[in-house]
Amino acid sequence: MRYVDEFREPQLITRTADEIRRLADPQRHYRFMEVCGGHTHSIYRFGLKDLLPSNIELVHGPGCPVCVLPMGRIDDGLSIAEQPDVIFAAFGDMMRVPGTRGSPLEHKARGMDVRIVYSPSDALKLARHNPTKHVLFFAIGFETTAPSTALTLMRAKAEGIRNFSVFCNHVTIIPAIRAILDSPDMRIDAFIGPGHVSTVIGCRPYGWIANNEGKPIVVAGFEPLDILQSIVMLLRQMNDDEKKVENQYKRVVPWEGNRGALKAMAEVFELRPYFEWRGLGFISQSALRIKEAYSEWDAECRFSAPGVRVTDPKAAQCGEVLKGVLKPAQCKLFGKECTPEHPVGALMVSSEGSCAAYYNYEHRKAAQLTQLTGAAC
Amino acid sequence: MLTTAVSKIRFRDPQVEMAHGAGGKASRRLIDGLFAPILFGSTPAPLGDAAHVNINGACVALTTDSFVVRPLRFPGGSIGELAVNGTVNDLAVSGARAQALVVSYVLEAGLATEILEAEVRAMAAAAKAAGVVIAGGDTKVVEHGKADQMYITTSGIGHLIPGLSISPAAVRCGDKILLSGPIGDHGITILLARGELDLEADLRSDTRSVLPLVEALANAVGAAVHWMRDPTRGGVATSLNELAHDCGLGILLSEERIPIRDEVRGACELLGLDALHIANEGQFLAVVAAEQAEAALAALHAMPGGREAAVIGEVSEQPAGSVLVTTLYGGSRIVDMLVGDPLPRIC
Repeated sequence: MRYVDEFREPQLITRTADEIRRLADPQRHYRFMEVCGGHTHSIYRFGLKDLLPSNIELVHGPGCPVCVLPMGRIDDGLSIAEQPDVIFAAFGDMMRVPGTRGSPLEHKARGMDVRIVYSPSDALKLARHNPTKHVLFFAIGFETTAPSTALTLMRAKAEGIRNFSVFCNHVTIIPAIRAILDSPDMRIDAFIGPGHVSTVIGCRPYGWIANNEGKPIVVAGFEPLDILQSIVMLLRQMNDDEKKVENQYKRVVPWEGNRGALKAMAEVFELRPYFEWRGLGFISQSALRIKEAYSEWDAECRFSAPGVRVTDPKAAQCGEVLKGVLKPAQCKLFGKECTPEHPVGALMVSSEGSCAAYYNYEHRKAAQLTQLTGAAC
Repeated sequence: MLTTAVSKIRFRDPQVEMAHGAGGKASRRLIDGLFAPILFGSTPAPLGDAAHVNINGACVALTTDSFVVRPLRFPGGSIGELAVNGTVNDLAVSGARAQALVVSYVLEAGLATEILEAEVRAMAAAAKAAGVVIAGGDTKVVEHGKADQMYITTSGIGHLIPGLSISPAAVRCGDKILLSGPIGDHGITILLARGELDLEADLRSDTRSVLPLVEALANAVGAAVHWMRDPTRGGVATSLNELAHDCGLGILLSEERIPIRDEVRGACELLGLDALHIANEGQFLAVVAAEQAEAALAALHAMPGGREAAVIGEVSEQPAGSVLVTTLYGGSRIVDMLVGDPLPRIC
C-alpha cells in the first residue's frame, strides 16, 4: 500500500529508534503529549513504546472526539431520535458510547432506527432516500470532520432537503490544549501535534504554544515512522534549546491549512460561548454551533432536547487520565468496573481512547516478550 | 446425557444485546454464564465447534449453526452456500467429516420465490462440492417484517477423521500455529456489499469447505494436530483468545507472517478495523507440534486453495491466557477478543 508501507519500513524504523536513543539525554525525563487519539491508537497498535528508551514518557492527550463528549449530549441526541420516524445516523465511533440508558447500538437493538454512516453526506443520502423519515446526523469531531458536516449542511440547504438535521457536537482543538497547559498539575515538555486536524487548520494556530508557553510542538502523521520522526524532531529542538512549531506531516498538512475547508466552516458554524468537555469541564469558545442561517437544519433548534447534564461517576477518573495526570491503569475502575465491554467512561469506548487502547493492546502484556524468538518455553 | 444439577447462573445482563451474538466476549459470557450451567450443569460445556456424541459405542460429531446475513448474496457466495460450508467446516475443524445435514428455513412472508430458489440451489451445489448429503429439513414462515428475508439453520453429523485427536488440552508450549490462507476476505466483502460505505474493492468472500485441507493435514501429520478452529465471527483474534483461555497458555503471533490481501489491509486501514477481528468463512487455524509443522505446511501448500497457508506464530508459556502480536520492528501488542461487531472508526 502506497503512503502506508513506506512509513512502516522496519529498517527505517529501527534506524529512527536508534536516533532517538542517541538524542535522548539519559539524565533527563521527557514527557511528550500526543494530542490526538489517532496517535495514541498507533502507538499502542504498533507497540512503539517498546522501541523508546524508558525516560521518554508518552502522555495521551484530549484529541479523541467521543472521549470528550459529555454523556448528556448523547442522551439529548438519542431522546430526539426516540421521536417517531427519526433515523439516528452517526459514525461507527459513536455506536458503543454509553448514554444514561445505553449506547446508540443498544437503542438500535431495542428498535431505534440507528445507522452507521461513513460521512455526513451519507446521512444526507439517507434523507434523500427516506423522504417520509427525518434523518438526524449526530455530528462529532474536531476540525477534521467539521468541514464535511459544514459542506453537507450547505448542500442540504442548496437542495432544500428538509427532512435532515445535524445535532452538532463539533469541538476545536486549540482551547483543549490551552486547558491542558493551564492545568496546575500538568507538566508536559513538548507536544506531538495532531495530524488530521492540522490538514484543516494548518500549523499557524499552534504558534502560541511555542512562543508564549515555550513548548516545542511537531505536527505528526500516524504511521510508526511519522511518530518516531516527530519524537526525533522534538528531541533535537530540546537539545538545541529551541521552541518552535514544526511540520513532520508535510505530505498531507499544508502550513496554512485548507482554505476551502475553513471557509465552509466559517459559512456554517460559529463558536459557542462555552461547551462542556467530559473530564475537562466547561471550556469557553471551545465548540461550534450551527449559525442562524442554517437553523432549519440545526437539530437543537428544530427539536426540543432535554438538555441533560450527567455527572460522571465519582469513582471514574476520566478527567485525570484525559489530562495525562494519571495513566489509564491508575484509575480505580480500570479493568474492573470499566472495560471495553462495559465502559463507564468514554475513554474506554473508542479505540482511540487511551483507556481502550491501553486495555486492548498493553494490558496483561508481559514486558519481556518483545521477540517471538526469545519466548520459547 | 444432560445432568439436572444446575450450577450457578452468572449471566447478569438484563437483556440480550447484539453483542451477545457477535462471537466475542459477550457471546462467551452468555454461553458460559447461562447456557452452559443450565444445559450442561457441572459437566464441562462442549464449547468446541462440534460436540462429540457416543451412540452405542460409535462416536459421531454433531453441530448446528444459524445463518443470518445481509445482503443474502455477495461477491463470492450467498447465505445458502455459507449455511452448508459453515456447518461442514465446524465439523471439519472438530476433526470430523460431514456425512449429512438437515436444514431449517425461517422465511419472511413476501420473499420472492426466485430468491428462495437461488439459495436452495446454492445449498445443493455447495453440498455436492463438499461431498455431504442434505437429508431433511423444515420450513417456517413468519409475518412480513418479523424476519429479514430468510434465515437458515443447518445441523450436521459426521464421523471422526481417523488419527486426529483435537482438544485445547493437547496444546503444548512450542507448538506452531498454522493458518490456511489470507484473512478477512469474507468480513470485508460483506461490509462493502452492504453498500453503506462508498468503498469498492475487488474482493470475494472466501466461503468454501475446508474439509479437503483438514483431511490433507490429518493424512500428513495426524496426531501432531492438536487443535483446530475456523475463525468465523470475531476472526482469528477471537479464536486464538479462546484457545489461550482454554489451554491456559500464551499465543505469540508474528504480524509479518499473517497472510492478508492488500485490498483487505487497505479497507481495514481506511475503516480503522483490525483484520484479526474480521470474519472468515473458508479458513482454519491449526495448532501443530513444532517438529511436524513443516510437513503440515507442505501438505497444505500441495492442496488446491492451500498455497497461501502459513505458520503465523507459536504457543508459549507467557503471556498465559492472552494473544500477543509482535510487529515487524520488534514492538508488540496484545490482541484481545472482539467486543461486539467491528465498527468503522472515522473521526
